[in-house]
Amino acid sequence: MQQMSIGIKISNIKKKLGPNQALDGVSTHFEEGLLHGLIGPEGAGKTTLLRTLLNLLTPDEGTVQFTNHGANIDYNSIRSSIAYMPQQQSLYGDLSISEHLDFFRDLYQIPQDVYLKRREELLHITRLDKFIDRPAGKLSGGMYKKLGLMCALLQSPAAILLDEPTNGVDPISRREFWDLLHRLSKENILIIFATAYMDEAERCDRVHILSTGSLIAEGTPRGVLERENVESYDALFIKRAAEGVL
Amino acid sequence: MTNIPVNAVDVSNLTVKFGDFIAVNNISFSVEKGEIFGFLGANGAGKTTTIRVLCGLLLPTSGKVKVSDVTYEQGIEAIKAKVGYMSQKFTLYNDLSIHENFAFTASLRKIPSDTLKRRTKELLEFIGFSKPMNTLVRDLPGGIKQQVSLAASILHDPEIIFLDEPTAGVTPVARARFWALIKQLAKDGKTIFVTTHYMDEAEQCGRIALMRTGKIIALDGPENLKKTTFPEPIIELNPKGTIPSELIEQLRINKAVDSIDSYGMKYHLIIKDPQEWNQLSINIAPYFVIRQIPPSLEDVFIRLVEGVTR
Repeated sequence: MQQMSIGIKISNIKKKLGPNQALDGVSTHFEEGLLHGLIGPEGAGKTTLLRTLLNLLTPDEGTVQFTNHGANIDYNSIRSSIAYMPQQQSLYGDLSISEHLDFFRDLYQIPQDVYLKRREELLHITRLDKFIDRPAGKLSGGMYKKLGLMCALLQSPAAILLDEPTNGVDPISRREFWDLLHRLSKENILIIFATAYMDEAERCDRVHILSTGSLIAEGTPRGVLERENVESYDALFIKRAAEGVL
Repeated sequence: MTNIPVNAVDVSNLTVKFGDFIAVNNISFSVEKGEIFGFLGANGAGKTTTIRVLCGLLLPTSGKVKVSDVTYEQGIEAIKAKVGYMSQKFTLYNDLSIHENFAFTASLRKIPSDTLKRRTKELLEFIGFSKPMNTLVRDLPGGIKQQVSLAASILHDPEIIFLDEPTAGVTPVARARFWALIKQLAKDGKTIFVTTHYMDEAEQCGRIALMRTGKIIALDGPENLKKTTFPEPIIELNPKGTIPSELIEQLRINKAVDSIDSYGMKYHLIIKDPQEWNQLSINIAPYFVIRQIPPSLEDVFIRLVEGVTR
């Protein structure tokens, strides 16, 4: 069986939430096997876009098309291969790391032999193997996020969408988290990572800069800066604001 | 009389224990009046505990703490009056209007109504706020909300202002505007105490204290911290194409190399032996564009907190 490889093409997505035009005609391509950063400040539309990709929100206009090895594919046939790590993750404060993994094994109905192998692998790469008996409520911010990621990865997804997983996490845990994502990315998993930290743009294969519902730039991290002739992503926002675009 | 610098915060031999656990372990430091002071550390390093002591929310187990000339002997209420605290997440109630938020804060702080009126006018002018006072906080854009939070936290005109990740998530334009306000407050003699995981914010500070497992392990200005932590420059390796997968692991154990970390598509390398590195850099030149880069505060943070020895 050929391994699943997921890409997503979206075209002219518009979505109004209450009085706000949360997404105002967004078109882009999330390429198979790459690590995509969805970067923008609070209120840019990052969460709305992720939720639209996941079919949790229906856009007012526009289309979302999934691909597998370049061929169009129906969302329903792959939805179980897509993992989502929301901003507010509902882990259970009283359950230990080990109990969480068991719980998600049951939820995803993962065979025991597959589970044990995957569990060992994940505990190793997250470096959480020494803490398996610690309740989630007593984990540090960074460890909590890693547990959330582990639960999402237990079913070996072909794509994972993460909503601000590094928010409030210290620089060391952030770096470990990114190392983890790069390792996953090498396994040909599509990763879409939403963040408000501009400096995280550099860590992605492709960046999509979102502001008040529109894409203001996209491409490779360096390509965007060179094309816009700016030093940093902060400077890009400041330049656009000065141009009156934002 | 000699000119003694006025300190806003004096901490000597502060220790805080929770049962057997030592959260803060015999730390001493001072913050000058009008300084912008950054307080960094990994989750669980003891930052929050220290700040709770400085805000009059927690009694020290031992040691001396003086906040704007007030000590614990004078009672914690006296300390609380001297400090303001702003967190982007908790300072304002979303379901209340700006007016209601200010009135609520004023009653908690026992601010008389004429003072509230005067301060509200002053502060809204200071932040340049022009929307109606009955606007609900939840309807404010992120950047404006953050400036209103700042105003609410200094309504009682404190000497020391604690900021907890104040600009995380706001636009770079709003962030620049916020720091301009903070610098103005410092210029007017207020002392600013910033805790953050956001290195862009740390860069704005005059001095930075770095905590690890209850101790202060470094205290200096951002530029000096970079210089003393990294006397040798950091090398950026930018792959020219696909590189052999075992190459990075080989570099990691090479005796010229102290450490190598992936940084997006690039790698940051720290040199252990400059002479060995000269040769190695020639050997790997076909694979990478190699250049020297100045260390960032994040590099400093990781180096110091992980305690890697050269």
